[in-house]
Amino acid sequence: MKTLNCPINGPRPLQEFHFGGEVREVPDPARATDAQWADYVFNRSGEPGIKREWWYHVASGTWFIAERNNQTDEILRTYLYGAEAADG
Amino acid sequence: MAKRLPPREGEWIDRERPLEFRFEGRTYQGFAGDVVSSALWANGLLIQGRSFKYHRPRGPVSLCGHDANVIVEDGMRTNLRGDLLPLAEGMDLRAVNTVGGLWKDKLRWTERFSKFLPVGFYYKAFHTPRRLFPFYENQMRKVAGLGEINRGAEFASTPKDYAFCDLLVVGAGPSGLAGAIAAAEQGLRVLLVDENPRLGGSFNWQLAGDPDARRQLQELLARVEELENLEVRLGTQAAGYYADHWVALVDDRHLTKVRAGAMLAATGCIEQPAVFGNNDLPGVMLGSAAQRLVHQFAVKPVENALVFTANSDGYRVALDLHAANVSVGIVDTRPDADPTELLTQVDEQGIQVLKGSVVPVATHTRGKKGIKGCFTWLGATDESKQFAKFWPGNRNGIVMSVGWVPNAGLLYQAGVRFRYAAHVEQFVPETLPEGVFAAGRVNGVFELSDRIADGRRGGLAAAKLLGRYEPELPPAPRHDSAPPSHPYPVFVHPKKSHPANKEKAFVDFDEDLQLKDIVDAHQEGYDNIELLKRYSTAGMGPSQGKLANMNAVRILAKLNGKSIDETGTTTSRPFYQPVPLGHLAGRRFHPLRRTPLHDWHVGAGAEVFHAGSWLRPEYYRAEGQSRDDCIFTEAGNVRERAGLIDVSTLGKLRICGPDAVPFLERVYTGRFAKQPVGKLRYGLACDETGVIIEDGVIARLAEDQFYVTATSSGAAAFYRELQRWTLIWGMDVTLINETGHHAAMNLAGPESRAILQPLTDVDLSAEEFPYLGVCEGTVAGVSAKLLRVGFVGEWGYEIHVPASYGLHVWEAIISAGADAGIRPFGVEAQRLLRLEKGHLIVGQDTDALTNPYEAAAAWAIGKNKPFFVGGRSLEIEQQKTLTRRLVGLTFADPEGGPLPEECRLIIHEGEIVGRITSMARRSTLGHPLALAFLRPDLTEAGTTVRVRIDGGVMVEATVAALPFYDPDNQRQQEQPEHA
Repeated sequence: MKTLNCPINGPRPLQEFHFGGEVREVPDPARATDAQWADYVFNRSGEPGIKREWWYHVASGTWFIAERNNQTDEILRTYLYGAEAADG
Repeated sequence: MAKRLPPREGEWIDRERPLEFRFEGRTYQGFAGDVVSSALWANGLLIQGRSFKYHRPRGPVSLCGHDANVIVEDGMRTNLRGDLLPLAEGMDLRAVNTVGGLWKDKLRWTERFSKFLPVGFYYKAFHTPRRLFPFYENQMRKVAGLGEINRGAEFASTPKDYAFCDLLVVGAGPSGLAGAIAAAEQGLRVLLVDENPRLGGSFNWQLAGDPDARRQLQELLARVEELENLEVRLGTQAAGYYADHWVALVDDRHLTKVRAGAMLAATGCIEQPAVFGNNDLPGVMLGSAAQRLVHQFAVKPVENALVFTANSDGYRVALDLHAANVSVGIVDTRPDADPTELLTQVDEQGIQVLKGSVVPVATHTRGKKGIKGCFTWLGATDESKQFAKFWPGNRNGIVMSVGWVPNAGLLYQAGVRFRYAAHVEQFVPETLPEGVFAAGRVNGVFELSDRIADGRRGGLAAAKLLGRYEPELPPAPRHDSAPPSHPYPVFVHPKKSHPANKEKAFVDFDEDLQLKDIVDAHQEGYDNIELLKRYSTAGMGPSQGKLANMNAVRILAKLNGKSIDETGTTTSRPFYQPVPLGHLAGRRFHPLRRTPLHDWHVGAGAEVFHAGSWLRPEYYRAEGQSRDDCIFTEAGNVRERAGLIDVSTLGKLRICGPDAVPFLERVYTGRFAKQPVGKLRYGLACDETGVIIEDGVIARLAEDQFYVTATSSGAAAFYRELQRWTLIWGMDVTLINETGHHAAMNLAGPESRAILQPLTDVDLSAEEFPYLGVCEGTVAGVSAKLLRVGFVGEWGYEIHVPASYGLHVWEAIISAGADAGIRPFGVEAQRLLRLEKGHLIVGQDTDALTNPYEAAAAWAIGKNKPFFVGGRSLEIEQQKTLTRRLVGLTFADPEGGPLPEECRLIIHEGEIVGRITSMARRSTLGHPLALAFLRPDLTEAGTTVRVRIDGGVMVEATVAALPFYDPDNQRQQEQPEHA
């Protein structure tokens, strides 16, 4: 089982986490066409590469961001939402 | 015990503890420390199993679980490996896969049909007609198969265990011991595991005849003993490697999941058989097996052996056999063997060596029960040379020592990449992921001093990675003598029609796969290793190709005219050896929540059930009443008098802060800005696709303070999403999940106010505390929040109190209501009552695609809201034609006649037009009713529809307006008689 480094609680087994999907820009609902909105709502990119993903440490209720290479399943780094610049 | 040798130093058997056991109905003797195969062998019994397909007699080849020739069962357990199963007193064993016993296996005839059973025959012969396949499969399973499961086997508890270490060392041979010691000396917490019952690995067999090696082993063992941070686990296989150094350790009792900081694989090598005619006969064995027999079990392998070798290991084997009083001759494939010390010793002992020769066939005794002799041929290394016939004498054993493959399963699983190294003629690790190390023979070094140095280097490398070792690592040793493996240990007579080539030459003993099967499969076009493997099933038997894969790769490479690297190798998946399913099953972690009132419910006769992670009362048992009667009585009591239900499982969220209102308006479909303090509103929440995910009650406690309930099963996920939205929107709002903080109970029924009033300081008059009001006060002396809700359709109060006071308040209400006829009610009664009231349950009456329009909940969507989650999607949905709507259905009371279950389909003119989502076979309204999705053109009240139930029976139902019960909400108004 993988370990994931929660920015608050440190490395913990994957079992303790909930996956929240890729971090995606929400299109402006007032301006997006129906097609653009449907694309946002229903389509996900499986493209190989470094993904920014939402992860949630269930036991402590902590949402954070993990940068993960979805080809190698390697976690490059994790940080709290909005703390990317401070961390990187 | 015909073949037991005199006592010898280091033997594993305990001659003080003789054991008696039975095999195939006969009684035998062995010693503690024996495995079943060694004990049988000591009794002169070489035939210990039958092969998978042809039912040829077989004996142990590796004696360490690398082959699966000897598989036995004891009546309780099946598919036990004879060469791994420790002998125990009174065992009663039989070989699997025979009809009529091992000796007289009635399925021996299958071999006579072998030419009709070519590679892939199963696929070719049994695909048509399709309907007969189950029959074929069933017959096939009886003829070719493994043991039978005893369905009456005793239950065995196999709890899983967890372990942690800095470095996990797998394999306690020379390199593993050295690595574990080196790492432990740097202060690492080291866990050293080995599948064998003793430390030492190949010290115990390969090097056991070498006094200098024995001395080194003693030194290493003494050091292991001294190091306190070095833990040893024997009889434990590292069965599989998973992400981030998470390794499954399996012993005879259970599975241990170990999390290591790093892993050092010192797993050694697996000795490989040579492929030649009749190479599967009992008495043909690996050199390592012969050494294990002699040194570990003190068993004389055969009387008269030919050592067929391609490396210097074979010379050590010959010396060991010679010392065990076996008459030995050596056939060496190499014209010029390394002039090593071993060679000199062999010479000195007068052991005859035939160089540059091979064994292409063994001749068998009647019934293929053993070897009568063998042909050898000169000029093996140059096929153009004239082969010469040679008889080495009447040998009853052929001991193969032609090469090794790395025991690399764990390393493959860890993502190590291998390359073929010609200087050792084997795959060696090329790139290792961080924290994964290899040492010893698996890493391509074979000299004892090199193995110890390599192990030490591996241990230090791990210490360096983990920050416990600073200096440069010692240099990596490299093998510099002749390769220990033959590049192509497949021996056939160059003359195709020669009788030697008519005998079966096996590549995979498990699956009875011959050399010619591989050649045929290749000719049929399976020229890629992965295809070849699947088509021929090479390496897919119980030993997972430990003895077959490399030879199959070598044969394929030759057929394709390509290098080994180009041909590639198959991957290795967990587990290294078969693991009993019981080890994998066993107890798992299921978080379970009990409400503060759980014990009271149980004491009151509640039938509890699992609702998500919660345990909840389904109903309360009553003397002489059926389940349905109990539920119905509880529901009726709520309608007529009063009931009390534990709703502590409800999600309870506190949402506060300056942005609380805009936050709620973004999360829920409704509007809350104008919600007065002290009032409740219904909240409906959707996801971004506009699908309903939650509903609940939103209580405004203050301008910037809300108390929100959420469904029992959905609350955790909902809270999680709310947390994320606060981050994304950057709103100044505080969320507190108070679910476990409060006990909650719903007191409902016409008597509820009369029961509660004496217990509380809140004025319960309709003027002061109207329907959909919320207020804080005390109940039974405990501070409480009271919510006037009507989920079950009666006058009622939801009472939230601190969890630790839950029982006190509950009991106070129950006792205060005793005269008024209060009764507790369970979840089933509540489901019936809310169904009568037409209230939907998210997840029951909605599915993963249901939007509010379909759920007839469009009224809950606020008008002209700038934004809420799912709003944009609902805007689009609204433009579309509705395809289904939630409606009520009533059924004529059929006096116990057929009624649908939930999820039964509604059929109209041959088409599916809907389905039942909630069903009540009995209701307080006197007839059955249901909630259902229905095509919108059929939803007018009074329409008759037909529901298909089990057996194709159609049941009529009538569409009814919702709610079924109290459509004008009269029950929430002050009733004169209760005023």
